[in-house]
Amino acid sequence: MRITRYAAGFAAAGLLLAGCASEAGNQAEEAPETTAEVEEVEFPEGSTMAEIVEAGELRVGTKIDQPGFGLANTAGEPEGFDVEMAKLIAAKMGLSEDQITFTETVSANREPFLVEDRVDIVVATYTINDKRKELIDFAGPYYEAGQDIMVAAGNPENIEGPDDLAGKSVCSVEGSTPAENIRTNYPEAELVLYDAYSKCADDLRNGNVDAVTTDNVILTGFVAGAPDAFELVGNPFTEEPYGIGVQKGEDEFRDFINDVLEEAYENGTWAAAWDKTAGAITGTEAPEPPSVNRY
Amino acid sequence: MSFLAENFPLIRDAFLTTLSLAVVSGICALLLGTLLAAMRVSPVPALRGLATFYVELFRNTPLTVVFFFLAFGIVYIDLQFPSRFLTAVAALALYTAAFVCEALRSGINAVPAGQAEAARALGLDFRQSLTTVVLPQAFRTVVPPLGNVWIALAKNTSIAAGFAVADLTALLQRLSNSAADELALVFVAVVAGYLVITLPSAYVISVLERRLAIVR
Repeated sequence: MRITRYAAGFAAAGLLLAGCASEAGNQAEEAPETTAEVEEVEFPEGSTMAEIVEAGELRVGTKIDQPGFGLANTAGEPEGFDVEMAKLIAAKMGLSEDQITFTETVSANREPFLVEDRVDIVVATYTINDKRKELIDFAGPYYEAGQDIMVAAGNPENIEGPDDLAGKSVCSVEGSTPAENIRTNYPEAELVLYDAYSKCADDLRNGNVDAVTTDNVILTGFVAGAPDAFELVGNPFTEEPYGIGVQKGEDEFRDFINDVLEEAYENGTWAAAWDKTAGAITGTEAPEPPSVNRY
Repeated sequence: MSFLAENFPLIRDAFLTTLSLAVVSGICALLLGTLLAAMRVSPVPALRGLATFYVELFRNTPLTVVFFFLAFGIVYIDLQFPSRFLTAVAALALYTAAFVCEALRSGINAVPAGQAEAARALGLDFRQSLTTVVLPQAFRTVVPPLGNVWIALAKNTSIAAGFAVADLTALLQRLSNSAADELALVFVAVVAGYLVITLPSAYVISVLERRLAIVR
């Protein structure tokens, strides 16, 4: 008797969940169409593109915690500039948005996901560098980020660049590349290292540190969230070209993605994607697109 | 091995930070915990209530939350610790004191009531009977649980890594990114750092336990 009652309870909960899910689905369908237009295309037999089209699914690794680039919305679907790039590529392969499967990739598991063939491409604020090229290949870059500095509104310490950090306390995250860069190249800055950038922002707000440093795309998110409290110096001092990761040796696929990017640069869909995502958050105009590097 | 040799100053500094965090907050927690235990057995209801409130508050709050409050919360009431190290010491000491208090109280309860009654019959007041008769016996019986509290404290210091204290765990985060190919060695070094603190402690605790045991 008791078991049946529990079963009934579960069934009710299940119905409730199903209801929520379908509602979320409806909302997604009503969302305005993306910049990407689906096209019919033919690919040479045996190519990676043909295989993906055959499977009817493009598996994409992206971040879901990066405002403007890849952030999960309330329905759990990622949104952002990275996601738009993936949709552009899918559209050029003749795949609809429903045929994209997004998987969360965090900074540490992006190479493994490609090497283990769990995703076809990774679009996840993924800096192109030679160490990563040993394991995977990159299309792009499709955006050029750089390490920048965020200060309290009004810039009371007059920090204009990394050289002004000498003798000042600057906050970043332990184990990150920006922190390592300050430690090696600007040793006179007093580094304060937390485990998350949000704590750095809190410390800057409290006046416990003079500055926060990391990639400008992360900092602009904080500035946009609290324009009264923070200000971006706007003087990037490193180059972090974001690329689209593909599996090692997929040269044909890489060329195809590069073609898609170059076309999007020219016909304005790239800029439109920017305005809709990262640009909408930060209020900045689309920058000049970086030139694709076909190595 | 050359990797460890190269990074020896880093590892040493991180180890000393962890050790001093543990020792300084351990001493503070012991003093505060003893005071709290005395309050909890005192005849004054207000003191008993205050100490009980403190213990339940800190014993049932996650340590990370205590850290968060002291690092980012008290600013809003215009308070601030002079350094992040002291923030960590305060968080660890306040938190651990609740456990020290409870360990000690169990020891006090283990001292036969006749001891306190005899002390009172001899004309000692509450403070005198507590400090000269009850507490010395209580401390002897609680060496093993206090040892547990100490070892837990030594490991809890790792939370300070998330709050801008460059301890062993922060070193792990730092080197696991910049020296990813030597990850195994980094782990060995960091774990060894903690074991150097905890294993000898365990030995000293067992020696103390045998030396101080009350033969009844």
